[in-house]
Amino acid sequence: MLWTEARDGYLFILPWILGFIIFTAGPMLASLYISFTRWEMVTPSVWVGPAQYVKLFNDDRFWLSLYNTSYYVFIGVPLHLFMALLAALAVNLNLRGIRFFRTAYYVPSLTPVVANSILWVWIFHPNWGLANAFLQWIGLEGFYWLQDPRLAKPALIVMSFWSIGGQMVILLAGLKGIPVELYEAASIDGANWWGRFWRITLPLLTPALFFNLIIAIIGAFQVFTQAYIMTEGGPNYSTLFYLLYLFRAAFENFRMGYASAMAWVLFIIVLLFTILQFALSDRWVFYEGDLRR
Amino acid sequence: MQTLRSRAAIEVLLAGFWYLTLSVFALILALPLVWLLSTSLKTGSQTFLMPPKWIPEPIVWSNYSEAFQAVAFHEYFWNTARIVIFATTGTLLTASLAAYAFARLRFPLREPLFLLVLSTIMLPSIVTLIPTFIVFRTLGWIDTFLPLIVPLWFGGGAFNIFLFRQFFMTIPLELDEAARIDGASNLRIYWGVILPLSKPVLATIAVFAFIHNWNDFFEPLIYLQSPENWTMAIGLRGFRGLYSTEWNLMMAASTAMIAPLLVLFFFAQRYFVSGIQMSGLTGR
Repeated sequence: MLWTEARDGYLFILPWILGFIIFTAGPMLASLYISFTRWEMVTPSVWVGPAQYVKLFNDDRFWLSLYNTSYYVFIGVPLHLFMALLAALAVNLNLRGIRFFRTAYYVPSLTPVVANSILWVWIFHPNWGLANAFLQWIGLEGFYWLQDPRLAKPALIVMSFWSIGGQMVILLAGLKGIPVELYEAASIDGANWWGRFWRITLPLLTPALFFNLIIAIIGAFQVFTQAYIMTEGGPNYSTLFYLLYLFRAAFENFRMGYASAMAWVLFIIVLLFTILQFALSDRWVFYEGDLRR
Repeated sequence: MQTLRSRAAIEVLLAGFWYLTLSVFALILALPLVWLLSTSLKTGSQTFLMPPKWIPEPIVWSNYSEAFQAVAFHEYFWNTARIVIFATTGTLLTASLAAYAFARLRFPLREPLFLLVLSTIMLPSIVTLIPTFIVFRTLGWIDTFLPLIVPLWFGGGAFNIFLFRQFFMTIPLELDEAARIDGASNLRIYWGVILPLSKPVLATIAVFAFIHNWNDFFEPLIYLQSPENWTMAIGLRGFRGLYSTEWNLMMAASTAMIAPLLVLFFFAQRYFVSGIQMSGLTGR
């Protein structure tokens, strides 16, 4: 009986195990190997040792793409998460018709990134776009949003605020999971709104915030489509993000060794950040189980 | 009496304040979509007006037919639909099978293997991309739909396994035991007991898989080269290359890509909600 159970268990997860070997573990090792070769697809690959990494660390454009990506990650992600938190708190209010607002705030995050990117090129159009129309309406000068190297990255971050709905609904589910009794007890003890938020809502929401932060940072490190479609990495390389540079190395210049080295460097960076966040999470993420310990 | 009345007044004022704030932000978030729709119905010359006109005059419905004639969107739609159907079937089958084992069966190394599933959620996909591309190229699968479908028949994505498992854990174990006493095999229990009870989670994952495949840009960009194989996402980018200054046509094409998702959302709303709740992402 137990033997058949174990056998069936392995049979049932067999597709996943094969997938893990064929599409995850195998390719990871292969890309590590390729990163130590020079290979342009048409010529046979040549083992060059760590030469690709040396070249990478001496490549100004690599550092620039890492800077651009870091800018997007470390300014964009916290702001995005903060706005999503405000939105989640707002649509968690106990008001009639609040469902309408939940839907209204969520829907923009459903738009496909390609359609989204094309729409926002038009919104940021210096002469006829909605953004500058609004600025002129309140009496300000318009900007060259996507044509000004200083503004292109902030413009893409502003654009990302339009789709806070995805994170908002996850945080909202977290808010809904907080037991009402805690608030009732706190009210009896005389805690005001601010006290309840600070002592109950925020601590109990930290697991959801932590999850969102991890996933958002990993995603933002791989930002690609907006830059590929809207700015093509410009102006003056100000939106040359890491993945765009990697994509060009691999699929436009066919420098597979170089691109694989880039992929591994990004993997290490993301891994270090994830480990760091898990290590730091003890200090601020609160799990209900902790109470019992 | 006096204090009661003033407290009621404060509450009305407060509710009014919240409705106003919520409405202002709803309006700000709606503006881009209104702008999209409005532009898509304008004549070319009306798109170049400052300040812009919100209500097109005349309303040019033919922008849509023009956009659809310019580029073979119906073909892209059909391509996307085929990828969605085959990829989603693989996802639903193999992810639920693995999740059933992780949720219901005892086998050695179950917990470490499940941890491995969870950790791959956090793996940046870029690190596996180049070798995977080379394998597909060696197999002659470039410019076919296979690279977008076949991987999903091998586990269907770690996050989906996780979602299925979360749901299966809520089904009472007694059902399995009762079936087992009747002599049902594990496969029989999975297919005859668990899956019929799991229609909500199947629908949720199907909906999310549809959205993912509909929106995906990076992989089709790499794997699909000739225009007759393009998906909607790649087709829309191609359209932009051809009509980069005809904003009304471009907005019409973009609307055509967004609209099916909004329709799906309004008909399948409860599956979105349950998917988000079920994921138990609050960490509890």
